Amino acid sequence: MGSSVGGSRCSAPTGGGIQWWTKLGLRALATLPAMAGETLVDLRAITARVAMAQILRRVDLRIQSGTAVGIFGSNGAGKTTLLRIIGTLLPPTGGEGWVLGASLNAADRFDVRSRIGMIGHLPALYPELTLRENLQFVARVAGIAPSVADESLATVGLGNAADRAVGASSHGMLRRAEFAREIMRRPDLLLLDEPHTALDPSAVELVEHVVDGVIARNGAVIVVSHDRARVASMVHRSVELAAGVLE
Amino acid sequence: MSPTFSSQLRAVVRRDLDRERRSGEVVWITIPFGAIALILVQLAVGADVPVLRELGPGLYWAVVLLFGVLISVRRTTVETPAQRDLIALLGIDPAAAFAGRALASTLLLIGFEVIVGGVAVLFYDIQLSAIGWVLTALILPVAAYGMAVLGTIAGSIATRAAIGPALIPLIVAPLAVPLLLAAAESVEGLRNGTGILPWMLLMVTVDLVLSIAGVTTARPLMETQ
Repeated sequence: MGSSVGGSRCSAPTGGGIQWWTKLGLRALATLPAMAGETLVDLRAITARVAMAQILRRVDLRIQSGTAVGIFGSNGAGKTTLLRIIGTLLPPTGGEGWVLGASLNAADRFDVRSRIGMIGHLPALYPELTLRENLQFVARVAGIAPSVADESLATVGLGNAADRAVGASSHGMLRRAEFAREIMRRPDLLLLDEPHTALDPSAVELVEHVVDGVIARNGAVIVVSHDRARVASMVHRSVELAAGVLE
Repeated sequence: MSPTFSSQLRAVVRRDLDRERRSGEVVWITIPFGAIALILVQLAVGADVPVLRELGPGLYWAVVLLFGVLISVRRTTVETPAQRDLIALLGIDPAAAFAGRALASTLLLIGFEVIVGGVAVLFYDIQLSAIGWVLTALILPVAAYGMAVLGTIAGSIATRAAIGPALIPLIVAPLAVPLLLAAAESVEGLRNGTGILPWMLLMVTVDLVLSIAGVTTARPLMETQ
């Protein structure tokens, strides 16, 4: 049922999954970048119920820095719910887990959120704003120089479309803009939900570029997809999620 | 550079005002509807000028309250789950997000108050002394801030409770009474020369209580279930 995933540099989690700074209450240290071999995700018997439906059943998963993991499963298997729990956006209804050293059941999970990037099913962009304005808003909130937004948009091939409104952009462009956002934010843990959706074949390299960037910084990437063929080559290890059970 | 409370607040205000500038929702939809509501009531009441003068301030504030709270509620409830997830993952201070949204709504509401106020003056023959008009400039932002905070809290609760806007009137109605009363009585005080201090103090107190409530509940209201 459980799965332990990691590269050759992986080591056992410190203090049974709880980072020492969390034990000491030194929250500021939770914002430090990930180190090689560090356990970034540690889920133990995680369960999730949403609207009376049992979505996840005792999921164990451990992911260490410098690793990309693919989680595959059919529609309704619980992939997105698992991703939102790892992203600290949805508290688990059972079990315990730590992400970037912060407990999923404690308030310190809020402190590590700025180190987590996520690209979900639907674009997290404001339709009235341009692509540049969307990224500049993110930059201002995250404490990044707004000028970096233009560089990131150019990296994903949207340098000439920066002034285009989100409402007037294609799905593929919005997807690229979301990758630009995560390139700009440089998260330690990147969560991708069906990342190839709406992207043309030439943009597959873009996904790999972003994943490689996170891995190179000793971060970790979790890619959730039902398209194993496309994702398998990007990840170090794959696991299957079926009816809420991780195999 | 690390983000500060004020930089995050400014970013949220700027985002909301930019969104309004592009969509024109307040300028082209809410303000005309508010003005039409005042004009229709005037037509229904008739051309009895003393009656209109008597009813004008109260009707004006009722319209401002109803449409004004809708403006701030709407700014909160139009956010998609994906946008809410993004905001959470940006590590934004929930209090900064709340205050920024409330401040942007306050600015929009002041615009609403001024334009619809012009309609009220025209159609209800509201007359004030010169100092009265100057003091009105104090009443409008204080009332606008209270309604913006109230609407932002109500919108957040409605979103959090996942039942949509159906709950909003129940949340807003009792909390809006002191604001409506104080704003209307302030204008009456200006017209009659009886003073506005007690009513201004009531409005400021309500604003403070709502602000504290909004800031302290910002985190739980931001979290999804």
